[in-house]
Amino acid sequence: MIRDAWSWLRRNAIVIYAALAIAYTLIPLVLIAVFSFNDPSGKFNYTWEGFTLDHWKNAFGIPDLTNALLTSIELAVLSTLISTLLGTLLAMALVRYEFFGRRTANFLIVIPMATPEVVIGAALLSMFLIYGIELGFQTLLIAHVMFQISFVVVVVRSRLIGFDRSLEEAARDLGANSFQTFRLVTLPLLMPGILGAALLSLALSVDDFVISQFNAGPTVTFPLWIWGAAQRGIPVEVYCLATILFLVTAAAMAFTVWQQRRAEKMASMLPEEEAAEGGLGRQPLPPAPGAVGG
Amino acid sequence: MSDVIRRRLVPYLLMGPGLVWLILFFIVPLFFMARLSLNSGTVTTGFQFTWEWSNFTSSWSRFDAQFLRAFVYAIAATAIALVIAYPLAYAIAFRGGKWKNALLLAVVAPFFTTYLIRTIAWTTILSDDSIIVDVLKFVGILPEDGRLLATSAAVIAGLVYNFMPFMVLPIYASLERIDVRLIEAARDLYASGREAFIRVTLPLSMPGVVAGTLLTFIPAAGDYVNAFFLGSINQAMIGNRIQSLYLMELDYPTAAALSFTLMAAILLLVFIYIRFAGAEALMGEEAER
Repeated sequence: MIRDAWSWLRRNAIVIYAALAIAYTLIPLVLIAVFSFNDPSGKFNYTWEGFTLDHWKNAFGIPDLTNALLTSIELAVLSTLISTLLGTLLAMALVRYEFFGRRTANFLIVIPMATPEVVIGAALLSMFLIYGIELGFQTLLIAHVMFQISFVVVVVRSRLIGFDRSLEEAARDLGANSFQTFRLVTLPLLMPGILGAALLSLALSVDDFVISQFNAGPTVTFPLWIWGAAQRGIPVEVYCLATILFLVTAAAMAFTVWQQRRAEKMASMLPEEEAAEGGLGRQPLPPAPGAVGG
Repeated sequence: MSDVIRRRLVPYLLMGPGLVWLILFFIVPLFFMARLSLNSGTVTTGFQFTWEWSNFTSSWSRFDAQFLRAFVYAIAATAIALVIAYPLAYAIAFRGGKWKNALLLAVVAPFFTTYLIRTIAWTTILSDDSIIVDVLKFVGILPEDGRLLATSAAVIAGLVYNFMPFMVLPIYASLERIDVRLIEAARDLYASGREAFIRVTLPLSMPGVVAGTLLTFIPAAGDYVNAFFLGSINQAMIGNRIQSLYLMELDYPTAAALSFTLMAAILLLVFIYIRFAGAEALMGEEAER
């Protein structure tokens, strides 16, 4: 009996360990959601003092905070549009063509992902300072597109590598010209990858703090507002907005995973192939990775 | 224009805009940061480019403690993250079954919440009247008047938490593509479960481990958010100094010298690490063939 229990434990130790590790990753997230219903008497939302819906009713009731969130969303949408376009074109060039300087181009894409954010932010700020460029929304836009491009390339490239090119040849054989082939075959098949990349870019941008703090000037984004509020106590409304953002992102992620699976079934592509080259350059990503912290 | 030339030009046209953006706003700024680090003067008198090498030596001796702390914390956080992440990735890859995608989503779930809020949530978890502190005091690990917040342990815990998904994902990816028949073959040849793991699975997953440790170490070494929220002035890392010198004290030359040094130190460590770990990782790739 005890022996059975012991052998069961031995066989499943790793599963139990994994369950604990998953619990560890989720506990702070649950805590954020729970504390959005807290009713703190003081300014600090650190200890549980009672349940209330007041802050949810007032979630958008702090004008500065709502404005900061809107700035973040505007910045995220604009930067994502630019970086997704530039990154997709880059990935096409890297996967589809052999050319002089390809290794250098690959290196240029990897290196920003292997640089601490504080260095990226500081370097950009140094350039803006020397040129006397005024900091604000436009410098944030430049910075965000810069760090998004690499991630877009990685995601779209992994999609392109698993791409069945015979489908394009078939379209050509059936008389489509290269533009038609691209629009009617390549683009639709690539779409889940592009959407995944765009979603990742959006999440990265909304979440970015370090690079933004260096290059924001007077502009205040959602994370920057939180930093500013931290000294005087973060209002519970921030927890509500964070919970809303979490739910929206999680839903969007689940949707892309579902979309990608459907597209894979339709085109019977082999996404496993994509991970065939580990390491920093081809950092294999899960079906649809989330935003990257910090 | 002939067809051949046109085809040759296409890749450059496709990648042109993106690469130009990266060069203009990543590579070029690094040169400007290097330039700024050799300036002299103050924000009131104005800055001048004078090849002021002493910015480096003086900032090193002023902030050696913060440099050391950043690297010690980052290495500790990477080691702990590896211990948590490897079995987790292993369980998802080999025991996940139909739950694989859901489990991976759970791993990256922290990324769906704002980085600052995640870190601030840890201040609640580790605060002086939290359950964890009570338990640790009860067990005797923490003295009666001890606390977790504003200690090195808290900062390292925050770093581990915030960057752990970067460790899980590459390890998972490399475990996932191991051909299970190789492990079965080892078992058929009378390797014990442990031997099969050490001689087959572990070497084959080395590329993931190398990538994961790098992706965790690099952001952790430059971080200042965790030390800010979970530590005190005594836990300040080099990122905290760079941030305050750039944004509050406006001592740009010193700040630029520090961030340049940080980047160089990280590159050097990464280079040594890859040379040291790379051989093994490479063998893993070869065994796969």
